[in-house]
Amino acid sequence: MEHHTHVDTSGASHGTLKSYGTGFILSLILTVIPFGLVMSGTLPRSAIIVGIFLAAVVQILVHMHYFLHLDTSSEQRWNVMAMAYTVLIIATLVGGSIWIMYNTHVRMMDASLMAGTAAPATGTAAAANASMQNMAGMEPR
Amino acid sequence: MTADVLTYPPAHAADHGGHHDATATQTFGFWLYIMTDCVLFASIFATFAVLSHNYAGGPTGKELFNLRYVFGETMFLLFSSVTYGFAVLAMNRHARNQVVVWLIVTFFLGLGFIGMELNEFTHMILEGHGPDRSGFLSAFFTLVGTHGTHVSFGLIWMAVMIFQVMNKGLTTSVRSRLMRLSMFWHFLDIVWIGVFTIVYLLGVM
Repeated sequence: MEHHTHVDTSGASHGTLKSYGTGFILSLILTVIPFGLVMSGTLPRSAIIVGIFLAAVVQILVHMHYFLHLDTSSEQRWNVMAMAYTVLIIATLVGGSIWIMYNTHVRMMDASLMAGTAAPATGTAAAANASMQNMAGMEPR
Repeated sequence: MTADVLTYPPAHAADHGGHHDATATQTFGFWLYIMTDCVLFASIFATFAVLSHNYAGGPTGKELFNLRYVFGETMFLLFSSVTYGFAVLAMNRHARNQVVVWLIVTFFLGLGFIGMELNEFTHMILEGHGPDRSGFLSAFFTLVGTHGTHVSFGLIWMAVMIFQVMNKGLTTSVRSRLMRLSMFWHFLDIVWIGVFTIVYLLGVM
């Protein structure tokens, strides 16, 4: 009950020097890792992509815990519920957009590929590939 | 006594002079605003994801982005998040002058970030790589620019708070505003994690 008398129970007032320090060190590490992975480029491409997304997700969680002081305590229940709903909306919005647009994109590329091979001057696979790239770039021709 | 800090029961209002419940409600209201801002950023991120390879014969991320520069921008924002945290710790100790000092430090770190971003934008536009060049660049300027606009408004808010702490002191309403600015500032740093990962790191690969 003691910290209920404090002014900001549902805000970010529970921080200590230690929590901000820990959050800062972890964030620093989780920033250096993805930049290092991409700048050195030693790992395979897919491993780098997994690595940078993993580092980003963990760093977001670190920020929420150490800087925003969000947790699952009862005081935070409504904050967390609002956030859970937001995450659902974001997943639908971003996932749905990418899914639908990727499908549309693939269909567009098929059409250009067929148009490319049908044209007399672009018989080779390379030329068809080039026209596919053009289409992906939305070049108005 | 579970979630009722957010529903201000009248019986408790008297205990803390009414400020406690009002502040808790304001904090929750501001949290809901931040959640809607998340949805705004999510839609711009989705737009960027869809348009990220539509170069229209223009430059790609690999040709445009300098990761060392972006790392510098990231450090400005990360340090500013921590210095704002120090301002909040000083506020909890009722150390008014320290709050002002940490807010000023945070303000200049944020200003450094915005300065670097404006410099990057100016160079790109002068070299003919503005938002009108390709779908990719339209989406880039929309996403990064929206984040930068948020940071700029955060800086205006912070300047106002520096003067309020100096003139009014750490009153309940000033403290409540400082807490909301804290949420806003940390939120913008979280959005930046998404920006540097998806726009810059993925963009140069």
